Amino acid sequence: MKNDNQRIVITGIGLTSPLGNNLADLRDGLLNGKSGIVHTEIRHMGKVAAGLCQFDETKHQSKKMRKRGTRAGAISVYCTKEALLDSKIDFDGIDKNRIGVYLGITEHGNVETENEIHDLYTSHNMDVSLWSHHHNPRTVANNPAGEVTLNLGITGPHYTIGAACAAGNLGIIQGVQQLLLDEVDLAFAGGISESTETFGIFAAFKAQGALGHHDDPSLATRPLDLDRNGIVVSEGGAVYALERLSDAKKRNAKIYAEIIGYHSNSDASDFVLPNTQRQIECMTQAIKKTGLEASDVDIVSMHATGTTQGDIQECLAVAAVFNDSPKTYINATKGFIGHAMGAAGALELAGNIPSFDDGYVHPCKKIENLDPQCAMKNLVNGEKMLCDANVILNNSFGMLGINSSLIVKKYK
Amino acid sequence: MLTNTEVRSKVLDIIADIALDDDVTGISDEIALREQLDLDSMDFLDIVMELKKRHKIEVPQEDYPRLATMQSCVDYLAPKFNQ
Repeated sequence: MKNDNQRIVITGIGLTSPLGNNLADLRDGLLNGKSGIVHTEIRHMGKVAAGLCQFDETKHQSKKMRKRGTRAGAISVYCTKEALLDSKIDFDGIDKNRIGVYLGITEHGNVETENEIHDLYTSHNMDVSLWSHHHNPRTVANNPAGEVTLNLGITGPHYTIGAACAAGNLGIIQGVQQLLLDEVDLAFAGGISESTETFGIFAAFKAQGALGHHDDPSLATRPLDLDRNGIVVSEGGAVYALERLSDAKKRNAKIYAEIIGYHSNSDASDFVLPNTQRQIECMTQAIKKTGLEASDVDIVSMHATGTTQGDIQECLAVAAVFNDSPKTYINATKGFIGHAMGAAGALELAGNIPSFDDGYVHPCKKIENLDPQCAMKNLVNGEKMLCDANVILNNSFGMLGINSSLIVKKYK
Repeated sequence: MLTNTEVRSKVLDIIADIALDDDVTGISDEIALREQLDLDSMDFLDIVMELKKRHKIEVPQEDYPRLATMQSCVDYLAPKFNQ
């Protein structure tokens, strides 16, 4: 039996997503079938479907610091400050040395590098003396987390966790671990992505035959649908205030959920293709660490990106793990908000956590032509369902064969 | 041939785009810019870069102190604008 110092809870959530800039708006969109996908113009690509965020960049940041920093930093600052405010922590009264910032990222620096090279070729006549002196601080891998510490005056550790599209989960896991190691007393942890600012990610997915498209942008990515044609790239972020249960209790904090288990492993098999067996092992190990059975999981939030092979391999894995779990519901979020890359795992977990309070499991965006290989019992398709949820398992997988499963439980 | 007033206006345009949160319209020409505006060393590098980008004016590192006040900027930059 763990004591309260060994239990980590979520006491604040800050987010921005293509469905809104707070948890209530995101949840409303997911429960009511709204799409956050739009068509937008991307340099060199023309019109593409994407998930864009519309938060006020200067709500928590000066105009000067926004201009000096990055979109990734702006997303990080916004989400972290919103998480802090939501947690109602007495920020002035706590030791800033004991706060850590751990943000998952798929990649960082591509946006700024593309912009500099664009200017170098188009307006600077290849004169590298006009290359910005801001380039290095903008593109160092710790930039998103570092901008948070500059903004909030946090003097504890900060860094990012590069974990492809599993990064949202891995950022949270890092926060949990640092709290359990007693390195910090408060962790701001999650994932962020500014990927829609770079043409390269769109061009690469297109070259791979994996860029989702449709005349109606809301249909551009259709996970688990036989008629899907790929991923929609999105931006976003979700940052959690994490504390030890003992500290949360002391200040009578609102507790969204307890993080009761996780696992991460590697496929060691391919740069991009998923590996069903490793995904099965990842989910199984995460469940084993909680001391629960698979049948105790009420909701499985799938990674499901809308690529044929990715969807099918994960469905095989989920079906294998939850075959004997009659009350486990399965959903996926990317049909609504696209693939928010480094933010995906953290945002998708956030979208599901309100199930502990509102008693629903949110659906997948309506799958009109379900891929027979993705047909699973209790797949929540198109309409929310009543669900007395106590345990949620959140999958997040990424390139180079990185898998993560995170399990949260309703705090009672 | 730019007048000193015109040079001042061009410098002020650059500063306004860097000190984005400050009102630059009432700054004193004699008092150090850093004492009136929220400017740090990175901002002065931005000023130097913008002079180069917009007006092709080079400011060597040893001359950075010449950008301390608006008056010293005008005194230093006017000949460069008019070269």
